[in-house]
Amino acid sequence: MGGEHGAGSWYLCYFLHRLLDYRIPEVESLAKLFGCSGKLQWRQAPNHHPDSPFYFVRLPSEDMARSIAKRSVLVKAIFEIWGEGSTYEELRAAVEAFPEEKKRPYLGTEVTFKIIVDTFGKVISSEEQIKLINSFDFIPFQGRVQLRDPKEKFWFMETDGRVINNGMPAPLEPSVDGTRLFFGREIGGADRSLVTKYALSTRKYLGPTAMDAEIACLMSNQALVDTGKFVYDPFVGTGSILVAAAHYGALTMGADIDLRVIRDGRGPDCNVWSNFKQYDLPPPVGLVRADNNARPWRPNLREVFDAIICDPPYGIRAGGRKSGGRKLLKGIIDPYIIPDDKRKEHIPSTAAYILEECVHDLLDMAAQLLVTGGRLVFFYPLSREEGADNKLPDHPCFQLLSSSEQILSTKYSRCLLTMEKTSEYTDDLAARAQETHLEFKKNHAKLLDAKDKLRSLVFTPSGEVLQRVIPKYRGKYV
Amino acid sequence: MRLLTHNMLSCNIKGVSKGFPLGIEVAKLETKTVEFNPQFLRHSFPKIEWKAFQEAAKTLGVNDLPEQVEPSMLDDDDFLRRFHHALLEIHLEEGDLVCPETGRKFPVAKGIPNMLLNEDEV
Repeated sequence: MGGEHGAGSWYLCYFLHRLLDYRIPEVESLAKLFGCSGKLQWRQAPNHHPDSPFYFVRLPSEDMARSIAKRSVLVKAIFEIWGEGSTYEELRAAVEAFPEEKKRPYLGTEVTFKIIVDTFGKVISSEEQIKLINSFDFIPFQGRVQLRDPKEKFWFMETDGRVINNGMPAPLEPSVDGTRLFFGREIGGADRSLVTKYALSTRKYLGPTAMDAEIACLMSNQALVDTGKFVYDPFVGTGSILVAAAHYGALTMGADIDLRVIRDGRGPDCNVWSNFKQYDLPPPVGLVRADNNARPWRPNLREVFDAIICDPPYGIRAGGRKSGGRKLLKGIIDPYIIPDDKRKEHIPSTAAYILEECVHDLLDMAAQLLVTGGRLVFFYPLSREEGADNKLPDHPCFQLLSSSEQILSTKYSRCLLTMEKTSEYTDDLAARAQETHLEFKKNHAKLLDAKDKLRSLVFTPSGEVLQRVIPKYRGKYV
Repeated sequence: MRLLTHNMLSCNIKGVSKGFPLGIEVAKLETKTVEFNPQFLRHSFPKIEWKAFQEAAKTLGVNDLPEQVEPSMLDDDDFLRRFHHALLEIHLEEGDLVCPETGRKFPVAKGIPNMLLNEDEV
């Protein structure tokens, strides 16, 4: 193994072949959560495509690797690699050269073990697998083979670099064979049972935009959610994001502009509360019916949340709403006054809430309410049209840590942004935010007319049918 | 609605300068047991507007909180438990929150305060 300088050792991270852009940021966030400061070092096998599921990462300790693997959603397993090579002979030589003292603790008579064969991008018969397993008889294992729950699991992994099929990423240099063989000891792997446990298909109370369990867990990992942290979702809906946060031990709070969704649900046993009860999770400590555009928090409230995680309404599956509807809609300058006798039962109308304004409000709120070092994790839509101006949102209090794209259609994708609050919210920033707020309000009709560009982009037929050939290797589609 | 939430909310009607703390009119209270989490309590304590909290607690019938507090009290288990109970276990299930300046009522139903403003209030 190369790179013996610097702290820690190299471990092989074998990712699940999904959500490719999300894999490395997840491991980096978890490393931070478990106390590893600074940027992680990564390297790939020779000639491997960036989408390859095999990455080497340098971590300070095996315990750190185990913690990360266990908590992750996208790490299939992390390994101490005993050898790698482009051919079986190279692999065998490397395993034989791997230091004796590092192998010895795992080869004793008391160590039960099994060898797992995993070929990425091709299928091999069980006869071939057994042949491969037996070919490792040059390693002096003394322990008993135990298929069910062995003490140690060894993996033989192979990527076939010659064939481009079944989602196999092509080698960087097509003429060079990217085939790579690895042999290693498993340190830990993701607990994917969470994805099944919290699957939306078994969730009692669902809305049209409920967050998928896998992504909700990923968002919590990006937000460094942990026991006793305080997590807020300003667009809580049916609570799908907070369910994941509560699973990781957070106290949660949510707000939504739609009263029926958060208060009434579909009855006494089918509402936001029941979604937490269903999994024996502590319910949110607070649910508030509130408008992200006219927030009800006391003006001097600062730094209360450790993380803010949300999926803002950006007008594709669900449009955002904000207060002040009828007045804004009719372009009435004078205040729209509700007669006193109607006031008690009055149901306030709402107006459309455009993406730019929604994101401005979100960043301003997060800058006020997050602790320093706290994270804001949210989805942001991107257009995939050629020449589209996809500027990511920014704010002087925040540093963008990662943006992970997930392609949803030929026309648009969504990006999971992870931002860290790096500096304090000042009076000056508050004044500027208020100015922008009024600016948005004044130009509401005009901005609405210019039309939510993204929405029209997705829904308006463009006249010409897109005749793009979709390659078999799906990259970010997986 | 727990007192933790109450302590964070204010009336945000346009032009209102003193919208905190909101008065509480109780129609129905509930007590729900919440796991005791000292770490969270210590984290929340400095963010709490104590006077408003202590008075709101009294309105909900919790009279055992001191008027004056200091961070050293967080080492006292007895204090932490009383703080925990008032902050997280007492719920206003039905009632109203009242703006101290305008008297505007924000209804609380099924434990959820409705803070949405009317068109002429934003």
